[in-house]
Amino acid sequence: MENLTFKDFKSDQEVRWCPGCGDHAILAALQRTLPKVSGDLGYDREKFVVVSGIGCSSRLPYYMNTYGFHSIHGRATAISTGIKVANPELSVWQACGDGDALAIGGNHFIHAIRRNVDINVMLFNNRIYGLTKGQYSPTSKLGAITKTSPYGTVEHPFNPGSLVLGAKGTFFARSLDVELALNSEIMSAAALHKGCSVMEFLTNCVIFNDGAHKSLSDPALKAEHTIVLRHGEKMLFGKDKGKGLVYENGAIKSVTIGEDGYTIDDILVHDAHCQNPVLHMALVDMKEPDCPVALGIIRDVADISYDDEVRKQVEKVAASAKIHSVDELLRSGSTWEVK
Amino acid sequence: MQHKVIDTEDVVIRFAGDSGDGMQLTGSLFADMSAIYGNGLSTFPDYPAEIRAPHGTVSGVSGFQVHIGSGKVNTPGDFCDMLVAMNPAALMANAKWCKRNAMILVDDDAFDDEGMKKAGFVTDNPFEELHVEDRTLLIAPITTLTEESLKDSGMDIKAIRKCKNMFTLGMACYIYNRPLEYIYQYLEKKFSKKHPEVIAPNRKVLSDGYNYASNVQAIADTYAVEPSGDLEKGTYRNITGNQATAWGLLAASEKSGLPLFCGSYPITPATGILEELAIHKNLGARTVQAEDEIAGICTAIGASYAGNLAVTTTSGPGLSLKSEALGLAVITELPLVVVDVQRAGPSTGIPTKTEQTDLAQALYGRNGECPLPVVAAHSPADCFDAAFNAAKIALEHMTPVILLSEGFIGNGSEPWRIPQMKDYTAIRVPFATEDDLRDGKFRPFERDVETLVRRWAVPGRKGFEHRVGGLEKNHAGSISSDPDNHALMVEERRRKVEKIADFIPALKVEGAKSGKLLVVGWGGTYGHILSAVREINSASVQVGFAHFDYINPLPRNTREIFAAYDRILVCELNSGQFADWLESRIPSADIARFGKVQGQPFLVSELVSAIKNEMK
Repeated sequence: MENLTFKDFKSDQEVRWCPGCGDHAILAALQRTLPKVSGDLGYDREKFVVVSGIGCSSRLPYYMNTYGFHSIHGRATAISTGIKVANPELSVWQACGDGDALAIGGNHFIHAIRRNVDINVMLFNNRIYGLTKGQYSPTSKLGAITKTSPYGTVEHPFNPGSLVLGAKGTFFARSLDVELALNSEIMSAAALHKGCSVMEFLTNCVIFNDGAHKSLSDPALKAEHTIVLRHGEKMLFGKDKGKGLVYENGAIKSVTIGEDGYTIDDILVHDAHCQNPVLHMALVDMKEPDCPVALGIIRDVADISYDDEVRKQVEKVAASAKIHSVDELLRSGSTWEVK
Repeated sequence: MQHKVIDTEDVVIRFAGDSGDGMQLTGSLFADMSAIYGNGLSTFPDYPAEIRAPHGTVSGVSGFQVHIGSGKVNTPGDFCDMLVAMNPAALMANAKWCKRNAMILVDDDAFDDEGMKKAGFVTDNPFEELHVEDRTLLIAPITTLTEESLKDSGMDIKAIRKCKNMFTLGMACYIYNRPLEYIYQYLEKKFSKKHPEVIAPNRKVLSDGYNYASNVQAIADTYAVEPSGDLEKGTYRNITGNQATAWGLLAASEKSGLPLFCGSYPITPATGILEELAIHKNLGARTVQAEDEIAGICTAIGASYAGNLAVTTTSGPGLSLKSEALGLAVITELPLVVVDVQRAGPSTGIPTKTEQTDLAQALYGRNGECPLPVVAAHSPADCFDAAFNAAKIALEHMTPVILLSEGFIGNGSEPWRIPQMKDYTAIRVPFATEDDLRDGKFRPFERDVETLVRRWAVPGRKGFEHRVGGLEKNHAGSISSDPDNHALMVEERRRKVEKIADFIPALKVEGAKSGKLLVVGWGGTYGHILSAVREINSASVQVGFAHFDYINPLPRNTREIFAAYDRILVCELNSGQFADWLESRIPSADIARFGKVQGQPFLVSELVSAIKNEMK
C-alpha cells in the first residue's frame, strides 16, 4: 500500500469549469478524501474508477488521475453498474448532474438504487442546465424563469432525497459544494457503505443560476437555514444551537429550546441506521421557511448489495455444478452417436 | 386392408393448434426423437405474439413445422406432408401449407359450431371451403378419446384435456414409425422429481394415441424415414440458434480467459439467449437483466471497460435504442458483442415473425462516422461459430461487433455435430504491456501499426490509469477538438474495421464457379437458397451460390468472385439492403434483387422460380 496524497489524484488535465463554479470545490473534496478512502479500503489508486455522464459536472473524470470513463448523457449509472458487477474489487465513483441523473438518466438512477449496486453517486444539483446554457432542470423550483421557461416553469421539481428513499435507497447524504469538511466526511462514509450511496451536493452555477442556494451557504444565514445531521447526535441548529427538531403529530417541527415548553430532552436524536425510512423521509423533505434544510448523512443502512449477490450466486452455482467447461456443456443433456 | 410401410427420404409435418394446446412441445418432442433416431432435421416454430390469444381464433394459432430426412436437411420445408390441426382455426390458418397429397389430422371434437364460427368458416364443411377435401383426411375425436383414456387417472377434466397433444403425438408416432421409448424417457426425466404422478397418465395417453392410429381404417399406410447413414460421424445434439449463440459466447469466454458478462432486456425473439446465459453461472457467466435496452448495452460497456467479454442481446427495436451507446463503444474502442435476433419491423412490427430487415440499421444506424463489423449466422447450429467469431473479432480488434441472427434460426433447431473446443483457434486479447508506456504514461489510443488496434488496459492495473469517453480524443487519450486529429481518428477507426478483412475466411462458391449467374445470400436464408440452387443445378443449367457470413468488412475475394459472373442475384428477406451494400462496395457488379418482406422465411419453390426467371 502506498501512502497517497491529494496530488496523486490530480490529473495533468487543465480544469475547465467556470471560475467560481461549485464543481471545483467538490473535485477538491474528492481529491482530498480518496487518499483516506484508499487507506480505509486498502486500495491503491488503480482500483478507483470515476464514471460520468454528460453535463458540466461530468467532466470530472478527466481531472482525476484514476481510471475514468466519461460516457453519454444519463447512462453513467448503467455503466457504473456494469463496471462494479464485472469487478466488485473496484471502488466506483460517479459524477452526474441533476439533468443527467434525474431527467434523461432517471430510469437508471432509480434502478441502481433499487438494486443497491455498491457505487458512490455524486449528484451535483445546481437546479439548471449549465452546459446547454441555462434551461430549467428537473430540480428547478416551480416558477423558475430560465431560457426555456421565460414565464416560469409550471412543473414541480424532484427532491432527489425523496426519490432515493422512495426507491428504497440505503444511503443518502446532502451537502453544499462549499462545505469541504462535511463533503469529505460524507464521501468517506459513502465509500465504506456497501450499496448505492447517493450524495447530493447543492452546487452553485455562477453563470446561469447564481445564488440558487444562497440562503443555505451564506455564512450569515446558514446557521438558521440548515441543520447538519450526525448519527447519534441531537438535531440542533441555529445560532448557539438554540433550536432543534421535534416529531409531533406525524410531522417534523422546528422549535426553539426554552420556548413553548420545549426542552433539550424533547429534541430528536438522529439515527441514520434506522431501517424504517419514515423519519428520514421527513428529514429530506424539510424546506425553508418552516424548517431548516437537512445536510449530512441522512440515511445509511445495511442491506444486500447487487454486485455482491451476483458474485456470490456465481460462486455458489459453480461450486455445486457438474459442468465446468464448454466441452462438458456441449455434451450435456440428450446427445446421440452417428457411427 | 393390407398395411404397408412406405420408405421415404423426407417428410414435413406441421403441428398446429391454439396457442395453449402445447403444439410447440409436441413439435419439439417429435423433432428431438427423430434427431436421436438418426434423422437429419430442421424445425420452424411459427407462433403468435400473444401468450394466450383469444381462444379458437386464427390469430391465436401456434404452429411448429418439423422436416425430417434420411440425410442432412437444410430447411424446415415449404409445404407439409401432414398437417395436425387441433381446432378449426388451426386448419383455417394452415391448410394452404398442405401438399397435394398431404394427410390432414383434425380433432373432430373441436369442430363444433362455435369453433367453426370463431375460425371464420361460413359453411359447415371446412375442408371443401378451403379446397382440401381431396387430401387424406383423418378426422378423430381426439378430445373424447383423451378423456376416455384418462378417465380413471384421477386427474381433473381440465388437466386431462391438456393431454390431447400427447394423444396426437402418439398418432403421429404410429404414422411415421417412431418408437415411443424416447418420449417415455423424456417424461421420466422431466417429471420424476417434481410431478411423478403425471408420468403414468402421459405414457398411457401417448400409447393409446399410438394404438388408436394403428386401428383406424383411414390410415392405410405408414411411413418410414430411415437414416441414410451419410451424416458425418460423431456425437450429435439438437440445438436452437439462441442456445447455440449463448454457448458460442461461453466458448469465446473460455478461450479468451475473460469472464462473460451479459446485460440485456428481454425482447422477442432474442430473450432465449439471456435465459440460457442466466443458467450458466457455473461457467462464470454474469447476467444483468437491465431496466431497459439502453442499460443493457451500457452495463455491458461498463463490464467491457472493466475487462470482461461483454455482450448485449436484443432484437430490432432494442438495437434502435442502443444506437447512441454503440457509438460510445466505437469511439472508446471497447470490445462488445451485440446480438440482434431480427424480427419483422418497423417499430414493434410482428415480433414473432422472421425478417432480415435490420441490416441497414446495423451498418449505418448511428450518428457520426461510426463503422463497426457486422457478421451474420446462417443456421441454428452455425450460431455457435458465429457468436464465437463475433466475440473473437471484438476482443482481438477492440471494437463492438453486431451479430445478426433471425427469429427463424434463433428459435429453429437442427442437429449439430458437437465440436471440440481444442479445434477452435485461440483468442488473443491485446492487453497493454509495459512496452506501451511512454514516459511512464499509458496512451490509450496508440495503435498497432499493422492492425490499427489499440491496447487494452483494465482498471486495477497499476500504472495504466487513463480516461476514455465519448468526446473525441488524441492518441494520448486527451480530449481534442483539433480538426486534423478528428479526421485522423475517424480515418483510423474506419481502416481498423476494414483491416479485419485480413482475418476472416474467404468467400466460397458452391456450384458453377463462373458464368451467367451467381446467387448471393446472407444469414438465415442459407438452407433455402442452398436447396434452391441444388435443385436448379440438378438440371442442365448451372448457377453459382455464395453465402456471406461476414458483411462488414466483406471477404477480400468478393470482388474477384463477382467478376466471374454476368449478374449477381441477391436473395434476402428485405427489400434489398444487402444488395445496396454490395452495390456501394462493388459498383462494377450487375446486381439484381429478390426480396421478400412477409415475416416468413423463403420458400425453396419461390427461390427456384426467381433464379430461373433471372436465367431467362
